[in-house]
Amino acid sequence: MTGPHAIDDSLIARALGVALEQGGDFADLYFEYRRAASISMEDGRVRSVGGGIDLGVGVRVVNGTAVGYAYAESLEPEELLAAARTAARIATGGTAVAPLAVTRLAAPSRYAVAQNLVDVPGAERVALLRRADEAARKADSRIVRVDASVVSVHKEILVANSRGAVVHDIQPMTRMGVYVVANEGERTESGSSGGGGRYGIEYFESVSPEDHGNEAARVALVNLDSRPAPAGTMPVVLAPGDSGILLHEAVGHGLEADFNRKRTSNYTDRVGESVASALVTVVDDPAIEGSRGSINVDDEGEVPKEHRLIEGGVLRGYMHDHISATHFGEGGSGSGRRESFRDVPLPRMTNTLMAAGDDDPQDIIRSVKKGIYAKKFSGGQVNISNGDFVFSLTEGYLIEDGKITAPLKGVNLIGNGPEALATVSMVGHDFQLSDGMWTCGKDGQSVPVGVGMPTVKLDELTVGGTEA
Amino acid sequence: MASTSNTPEILSRLSASAEHAIATLRGLGVDHAEVSVGVGNELEVGVRKDEPELVKEAQSSGLSVRVMRSERVATSSTTDLSKDAVEAFLKTVVEMAEISEPDPMASPPPPEELADGNALPELDLFDPQTDGIDAKRALELAQAGERAAFAADERITTSEGASFSRSSGHGVLATTGGFVGTRYGTYQSLVVQAVADDEGGKKRNGVYWTGGRFFSDLEAPDAVGAEAARRAVRTLGASKMDTGQYPIVFDKDAARAIVGLVASCILGDAVYRKRSYLASCMGESVAASGVTIVDDPLVARGPGSRRFDGEGRAVAPIKVIEDGVLRSFLLDTYSARKLELSPTGSASGGGGIPHSSVSNFYLLAGDTKPQGLLEGIETGLYVSRMMGFGFDPVTGTFSRGAEGFLIENGALTRPVGEITISRNLGELLQGIDLIADDLEHRTSTASPSFRVDHMTVAGS
Repeated sequence: MTGPHAIDDSLIARALGVALEQGGDFADLYFEYRRAASISMEDGRVRSVGGGIDLGVGVRVVNGTAVGYAYAESLEPEELLAAARTAARIATGGTAVAPLAVTRLAAPSRYAVAQNLVDVPGAERVALLRRADEAARKADSRIVRVDASVVSVHKEILVANSRGAVVHDIQPMTRMGVYVVANEGERTESGSSGGGGRYGIEYFESVSPEDHGNEAARVALVNLDSRPAPAGTMPVVLAPGDSGILLHEAVGHGLEADFNRKRTSNYTDRVGESVASALVTVVDDPAIEGSRGSINVDDEGEVPKEHRLIEGGVLRGYMHDHISATHFGEGGSGSGRRESFRDVPLPRMTNTLMAAGDDDPQDIIRSVKKGIYAKKFSGGQVNISNGDFVFSLTEGYLIEDGKITAPLKGVNLIGNGPEALATVSMVGHDFQLSDGMWTCGKDGQSVPVGVGMPTVKLDELTVGGTEA
Repeated sequence: MASTSNTPEILSRLSASAEHAIATLRGLGVDHAEVSVGVGNELEVGVRKDEPELVKEAQSSGLSVRVMRSERVATSSTTDLSKDAVEAFLKTVVEMAEISEPDPMASPPPPEELADGNALPELDLFDPQTDGIDAKRALELAQAGERAAFAADERITTSEGASFSRSSGHGVLATTGGFVGTRYGTYQSLVVQAVADDEGGKKRNGVYWTGGRFFSDLEAPDAVGAEAARRAVRTLGASKMDTGQYPIVFDKDAARAIVGLVASCILGDAVYRKRSYLASCMGESVAASGVTIVDDPLVARGPGSRRFDGEGRAVAPIKVIEDGVLRSFLLDTYSARKLELSPTGSASGGGGIPHSSVSNFYLLAGDTKPQGLLEGIETGLYVSRMMGFGFDPVTGTFSRGAEGFLIENGALTRPVGEITISRNLGELLQGIDLIADDLEHRTSTASPSFRVDHMTVAGS
């Protein structure tokens, strides 16, 4: 598929007709063409060159809240129609719909890329890795190993639904990752750095391969001096940027409307209630130029807008896909996303952000007598039902008497969404977007997301170290 | 579509396709190549509150290839198995190798080290009934599971739903070294997720599932639903416990996650990349005596069983840790060469970059009844679920979120949540002082319940 007209209007109309020939309320087609290229370098040598093309179409028929789904790993008309007939079986005894008129809709442009990294000659992509590798190695003689990779994707989607709308989007992606190991005497530690977004090769003009190499080396060297972390409840200061994964876990997932439709989220029925400190405002914003989580259209063909999730601590609303928006009788879905044409769309986050406050970040650190400064993270997880979330640090420090002191190893933070956010007592004016490295998993489907936040102080969070 | 698969015919078609690809690649001048071709068939259904939520059916196919030319490696895959498409695709992959760099260690195993594709073990991995389970039947099974959850306890107020899925796959690996091996298997599972309401708007969910290579090995939907309900209501009222050092009992699901961390540290890639605290511990005591961990690809009907490895080597059971002593890593050809050790036939990823992986990786059962693990514990924690990713393989530092029950005077007294448990993995393994007899091969990484002398709990 290349371009919005690679799929013929009459074929789209015919396939949607077949999808609804047994009845059903709604149907959509999700055409996808994905070209990826990856190179990995291990210890200064290219280990592998990979990539390939994946293409296909998913057909969905919605009948009430029941979904029939089938896909074809091809864009051939016969295979598309066969998938439509399979998906159609979810509905029975209905009447076929009249032929549909198809209208092409325009999408906004939130990530215009001059040249996708996929199309950059291999030697130039190898050179990027070499620069990262050399920077990390040169950073310090204690760096004993460097691995680096760069992945680029050109993804093209065309979504057509039974209301007649057809939308096309090209979704580029670039991601670099550097991983280093440092050794000193008996101690071995690691550090990593990653970033990217919906960019082409121009990403490396703002963040260079050297930046990632140096950053990975810096973290590994810091960790060579790390000591066991304390255990227990104490104040935690979250550094700006990557700490946004706290929002993603503590708030975001629980506000995906499928969980609330099913009444399985701890945020069910709580719109209008206070679910965080009055200092907390959280949005999901799909429109940040170039950010990893940004989308021009969602995977149901809707143009998404900014969703205000929490304003001044009060829960404002959920993130909807087509099914949940219909259930709640609210317009404005736009959060329906899927990993590929093989998957049904689900309500998902894009870029989940906390708005800046008024506090000076230095004042926030100074206000803590004994606590933790959390800077980099390996990941997080939430239990949607009870709201407990956990996230793990790869770089964290002790705060003693208002100063950041010793680096800590093995810090894991655990809390409960609304309870933890109620203890937010200071919010910095230093909002930062995380450099694009996060991938969110739900129901076995991975999608790229963005996060961001300013420096934030939580008065009380459980710190899971070993030193009781 | 209730037709049963015709395995010999599918395999012979796939073999022809794989061998044609190998011949094409030879014609394009490659030195080595591995081609993996496969087809799959899947059905997934979901119900919620008795109503169908999802019926998803699909057939998939794929060809993946690793080529090597002048010691340069490239990999790619395609879903289009038509002859013309495959030929065009293979040409592109060979071109991709140009931008790679020579790596003599990446060459495949010498032909004499490959298994005989005509004498591979039969592991009873394919249930001819599986493909015949249609959407109607699958929905009934899911509905029965969910109904059982609601019927089991009136405190179950809602449901994440119940789902049944089945899949079958056939595949062939062919290499320029002359290996041609076939694989075929099925899997099906039923999951029920029940939810109960707790204080303060919190919900408590209970998840239970059954799965297996053969449909007849699955637990009955009634039992699955009832267990999901039990798991939800038993956590009602969960609260933190005091920060401190306590003896810990891991139930078999939580214990499996610990064994999985060990797996991540003994795989060849992790070892040669220096991403494992066990990298330099061969022959040393790395766990308590009594701890034996094996990787056995030959378990009949095992979820992780395989007839040959991803490079076409023969497979056999491997003792990784024997009575506490580290005896073997799991190695593919590349990692073995890097480490100057012998490969263990543990490669997966045939047709891609081979990397070592576990097959059926498990801690051997002890002879204590699970209940016996609690005996003699004055105050401790029974862990039934863990959360998060708090493990650093380089140092062994381990800290994860946990849920479970307080142990007081040898009995479970109240549910506990929103806490973390921490201890270096090396110390944790040395602290295993009792292993139960409840091992089951429901998952490819498995463990019986076990007890650890102490860990740090961070709570209130």
